[in-house]
Amino acid sequence: MITLERITKTYRMGKLEVPALQGIDLHISEGEFVAIMGASGSGKSTLMNIIGCLDVPTSGRYLLDGTDVAKLNDDQLARIRNRKIGFVFQSFNLIPRTSALHNVEMPLIYAGAGSRTERATAALGAVGLADRMHHQPTELSGGQQQRAAIARALVTDPAILLADEPTGNLDSASSVEIMRLLATLNSEQGRTVVLITHEQDIARFARRTVELRDGRIVRDEKAA
Amino acid sequence: MNLFEALRMAANGLLANRLRSSLTMLGILIGVTAVILLVAVGNGASVQINAHIQSLGANVIYVYPSNAKGAGGVSQGFGTGQSLTQADVDAINTQQQAPDVVAAIPVAQTGGQITYGNQNYFAQTTGTTTAFPQVRDYQLAEGSFFTDDDVNSRHRVVVLGQTVVENLFGSTDPIGQTIKISRQSFRVVGVFAAKGGTGFGSQDNVVVAPITTVWAYLTGARGRVISQIVASATSAATVTQAETEITTILLDRHGISDPAQADFQLQSQQDILNQATSIATALTLVLGAIAGISLVVGGIGIMNIMLVTVTERTREIGIRKAIGARRRDILVQFLIEAMVLSGLGGALGIAVGALLAREAPNIPAIASSSFPTPVVSPSSVLLAFFVSVAIGLFFGIYPANRAARLHPIEALRYA
Repeated sequence: MITLERITKTYRMGKLEVPALQGIDLHISEGEFVAIMGASGSGKSTLMNIIGCLDVPTSGRYLLDGTDVAKLNDDQLARIRNRKIGFVFQSFNLIPRTSALHNVEMPLIYAGAGSRTERATAALGAVGLADRMHHQPTELSGGQQQRAAIARALVTDPAILLADEPTGNLDSASSVEIMRLLATLNSEQGRTVVLITHEQDIARFARRTVELRDGRIVRDEKAA
Repeated sequence: MNLFEALRMAANGLLANRLRSSLTMLGILIGVTAVILLVAVGNGASVQINAHIQSLGANVIYVYPSNAKGAGGVSQGFGTGQSLTQADVDAINTQQQAPDVVAAIPVAQTGGQITYGNQNYFAQTTGTTTAFPQVRDYQLAEGSFFTDDDVNSRHRVVVLGQTVVENLFGSTDPIGQTIKISRQSFRVVGVFAAKGGTGFGSQDNVVVAPITTVWAYLTGARGRVISQIVASATSAATVTQAETEITTILLDRHGISDPAQADFQLQSQQDILNQATSIATALTLVLGAIAGISLVVGGIGIMNIMLVTVTERTREIGIRKAIGARRRDILVQFLIEAMVLSGLGGALGIAVGALLAREAPNIPAIASSSFPTPVVSPSSVLLAFFVSVAIGLFFGIYPANRAARLHPIEALRYA
């Protein structure tokens, strides 16, 4: 599903070169639930941007579903993000003044897909938000907003669900709720989930933990 | 992404900031209103001038004496010559020599104070012959025109235009009344029907008398001068032939072989019309260009607001890119937003401009003046609409392109 080979990423700040990733080799198979952990500055956000096709690596090979993503241009990356990746962000990132339903429809609009309302309604139903789909983000609680965001990530039926600190802005009750939802999506629908977090209790929901430090993988172990 | 979705997104974006969108639209609205209104006024002036000139008679040809040459060949000014005679008029009226001329009349003009009772008025008195109504296309509202007998016997009779009647008589019936022109008494025998046409030198502000009477009682020492010959061609199409015929007759009669040395000049109504039309067109263009400046200002307002919007919505752009929007999708979204702003502003501006143009004649201050009635032309409406949409496109491209080129990660990081 996901194969990273000797991935490096170097940021240039003026004359200074800052290495963010220094040779990452990682393979994630279909149906896995992986938590990528690390302190801030460990390179986990950079890794997630590369896995999410928001950014391209400086060197190395990234195969997503057999496609070498490192060679794609902006529009081709947009297409991959649209079809194969579902994003869940820490700050939900719903579009303001737009109903939950319309937010969830958005990826389908860019995909040019048909029967959008039906598919978006179904996705909202799957995350338990059917009764609030006409509400705007400001009228939803944090947990509800994150559910809507998950519905938006699922609506195109992507290969991977990429969750970047999905509970970072939530209270503990909502956090557990969201993590259970992600775990269910993984166990019942076989959806590949990649979770980025720095919290141990959140990482515990995953079945495999990869730890980064200074742009290198220092630990990669499967839960019992 | 189809056009409907794009329009829906644009509408959402614009509705999110109603006041800002309305104010930006107002910039374009005012610009388009100004264009529509000023072009309509220019068109109105053009229509007014055309109507006025048409009311002088569409097939009319004027023959003026050339400028008289003083000692040493110094020109003494337009129409100062005395080269035209009654014999010239008779020759032009000869059917065989000028088959395309219906009739020609001599004209002698003089100014003079006109009085009736205690009313005073000033108008030009035109001395001419009985074919005047036919040549100049005047209808009589009351009474009758003077006769050949009046001309031959120098009877002191006059026919008045509506403006003169209104100013001298008010509600009194003028027929049979005696008026004084330069202290000479004249009897009113007829009144012309109004010809309409406002503005410079109204065709209803006329006093017409037999030319012999004018010579005898009004022109005084100047004697039997014909200041112009007015001829009418059989139709607008034969004006050019008629002009050629008249030129040939007069050159022959005056014994001039070189047309460049002619002691007379011809001017047809068509010449005057062409000149006036080109002046009116230039006027319309100037007015439109001035109004166009405000459209450009409105366009800059759109660009300004779109730049602010793009900055404000950087994060939204990042989200859209993360979930699969391509550059083109973002570009189209913001371009359409700019074009909806300007197009809607343009449409409203057309409505306001057309409304003002329609209501202008009802405003008393305008109705009582000779200000032209604005005429909104369909072409100016279409042009204004497409120009305003094009302004949205032009001034929207830079902000939209800026949005489309944002990097998704940086855009998502934007607070």
